[in-house]
Amino acid sequence: MELSGAEILVQCLKDEGVEYLFGYPGGAVLHIYDALYNQEDVKHILVRHEQAATHAADGYARATGKPGVVLVTSGPGATNAVTGIATAYMDSIPMVVITGQVSTAVIGSDAFQEVDAVGITRPCVKHNFLVKDINDLAETVKKAFYVASTGRPGPVVVDVPKDITDPAVKVPYHYPDKVNMRSYQPTVKGHTGQIKRAVDLMLSAKKPMIYTGGGVVLGKGSDELRQFVRHLGFPITSTLMGLGAYPASDKQFLGMLGMHGTYEANMAMHDCDVLIAIGARFDDRVTGKIAEFCPHAQIIHVDIDPSSISKTITVDIPIVGSVPDVLQEMNHLLKNSNKKPQKKAVEEWWNIIEGWRSKQCMSYDRNSDKIKPQAVVELLHEITKGEAYVTSDVGQHQMWAAQYYGFDEPNRWINSGGLGTMGFGLPAAMGVQLAYPESTVICVTGEGSIQMCIQELSTCLQYGLPVKIVALNNRYLGMVRQWQEFFYENRYSHSYMESLPDFVKLTESYGHVGIRIEKPEDLRAELERGFAMKDRLVFFDIVTDQTENVYPMIAQGKAHNDMHMSPYSAPAQDSERELS
Amino acid sequence: MRHIISILIENEAGALSRVAGLFSARAYNIESLTVAPTEDPSLSRMTIVTTGTDRIIEQIVKQLNKLIDVVKLMDLTEGPHIEREMMLIKVKAATMAQREDVKRLCDIFRGHIIDVTSSTYTIELTGAVSKLDSFIEALAEHKIIETVRSGVTGIARGEKSLHL
Repeated sequence: MELSGAEILVQCLKDEGVEYLFGYPGGAVLHIYDALYNQEDVKHILVRHEQAATHAADGYARATGKPGVVLVTSGPGATNAVTGIATAYMDSIPMVVITGQVSTAVIGSDAFQEVDAVGITRPCVKHNFLVKDINDLAETVKKAFYVASTGRPGPVVVDVPKDITDPAVKVPYHYPDKVNMRSYQPTVKGHTGQIKRAVDLMLSAKKPMIYTGGGVVLGKGSDELRQFVRHLGFPITSTLMGLGAYPASDKQFLGMLGMHGTYEANMAMHDCDVLIAIGARFDDRVTGKIAEFCPHAQIIHVDIDPSSISKTITVDIPIVGSVPDVLQEMNHLLKNSNKKPQKKAVEEWWNIIEGWRSKQCMSYDRNSDKIKPQAVVELLHEITKGEAYVTSDVGQHQMWAAQYYGFDEPNRWINSGGLGTMGFGLPAAMGVQLAYPESTVICVTGEGSIQMCIQELSTCLQYGLPVKIVALNNRYLGMVRQWQEFFYENRYSHSYMESLPDFVKLTESYGHVGIRIEKPEDLRAELERGFAMKDRLVFFDIVTDQTENVYPMIAQGKAHNDMHMSPYSAPAQDSERELS
Repeated sequence: MRHIISILIENEAGALSRVAGLFSARAYNIESLTVAPTEDPSLSRMTIVTTGTDRIIEQIVKQLNKLIDVVKLMDLTEGPHIEREMMLIKVKAATMAQREDVKRLCDIFRGHIIDVTSSTYTIELTGAVSKLDSFIEALAEHKIIETVRSGVTGIARGEKSLHL
């Protein structure tokens, strides 16, 4: 079969089983768009900005575990995509981004819409390719999917000059079943000796703690993790990225840890004697002050990426391997071991933890005459029975969604954790909704974040995506305002959102439904009314308490046992400070 | 601590910039970097001299290994090894006294004069970094017109080697 480069690209996507291609046409990719015409297998989703194409593909990938695929043109198409590529890179999301490029003959001549896409994306991709020969095209695409979705996943860019896709030049097409790269062979299976040592250490632990991250979700290791945690009976906490891998409603789950983690999770981290880190990377928002991180603990670290191990925190037992493989082996050893966990000591440890838990650090004012953002998220959980896919933007609303929704399943919580990209939520929700048309998809956002990609309301109309947008509108860039309150003596420099649009009218002008909610007594009925509109996009503009803060909070560079607590949690003890 | 890291890397466009970009993005030190193809034209051999604490060197090695184009690498300084750098240096040599002194120093350091004009000598000298530094010091009384150093290359002693 002889095909042009453009036809080869489209055929590769079909052979790869790609359902959706998120993109935006332009000069350098016109041949490819022509090859997309009159075919049904790869459904193209026309976004309104290339950043949204990458976020939508990213949301699709996070919800399904399959790589998201993007097609943009050269120059501004590529640069607009960079934010989304960097977002995926920081959270290790599998993605293949095809960027058009000017013809090989004019590369380097500052041609119209020319940018060095390979150079500009190099620091924020797992790998990238410039295709210089049509005969390399199919194999390069195969490599891109292979690299993006194996090992520690990540985005891969394939830069395709226009002449490579010329309809007049045809070559034989063959899509390889697999590729072998001598320079890329990710480790999957953990070292048996190390796994044995780790199991021995956890069975000797008196104050054990399990700390899991996004690697459990990405590695599809949730079932193995549940078995592991239940067998041991140990307390477990999760990073922002790992929420849902272990059910939030389970008694052994202490909630999220880190800067806005629960009191019990952070205190248990500080006091534990054995820390079992699984698919987590000791991010600075998690560790707080490095010198005082888990000062009494021996640390076991399971991660597929060797460079994540001992990067910021030196660990005692490193295990390089994929989360489900390593946990399977651990579960097997635990089941067949004649040794059992230190039952009595662990019981005493649980008593201490229950003491911390009784502080009820997530309490807030439930009798306020203003709408509390936490109450909104709790209601969302109730109305959707905890089964929705929830995307978010970045800021206070993101933390409240993470803290109060209570995710019981993996791949349900979709947010930009590493890069912290405002504007992520709505396009990501589009990708999720396309993947799961029957499911409820909520975008929890703020009036600041939503304006960064609000043009996608138009895309949602075109493809009939009934996303529920829940904007916690506090007329502030809330997280910035909170830091200014705590650390800049209430000097609210440029954190107030003036001249906000009428979101209801705005949504209506895009052909959707807008609902504004101002009073706590209207909240439930209005949310229920909106969520009952299964086939409509509904934008809830919810006027929330302007002064609400995210608690608990560990200030940057402070230790885990040094938290700002909510004024509504139980009275302070020991070293922690109250901030009212 | 100073380390010499030897890398076998795919001989492809952009491979060098991935390595250089990694060092600048992660704020690692880079003292010198040399690169050229090997006997297998699909592979390049790169030698990087860097400094850092043990933790940083461990990260550099891991991050380099993570680059898709890197096939294999070793830290030469972990075992016995030989390092060499080549220098081309152009020195003013106009008077008889100058010409004699430069020639004498060149002989002592086992260099070669590879180009001569009525007013200059160009010398080629190969050795460890310290030897090249000493030669420049020894030339202190003379006017150095130009110094060109290749950067360090190295190889493990004995049976040990970096190959596929």
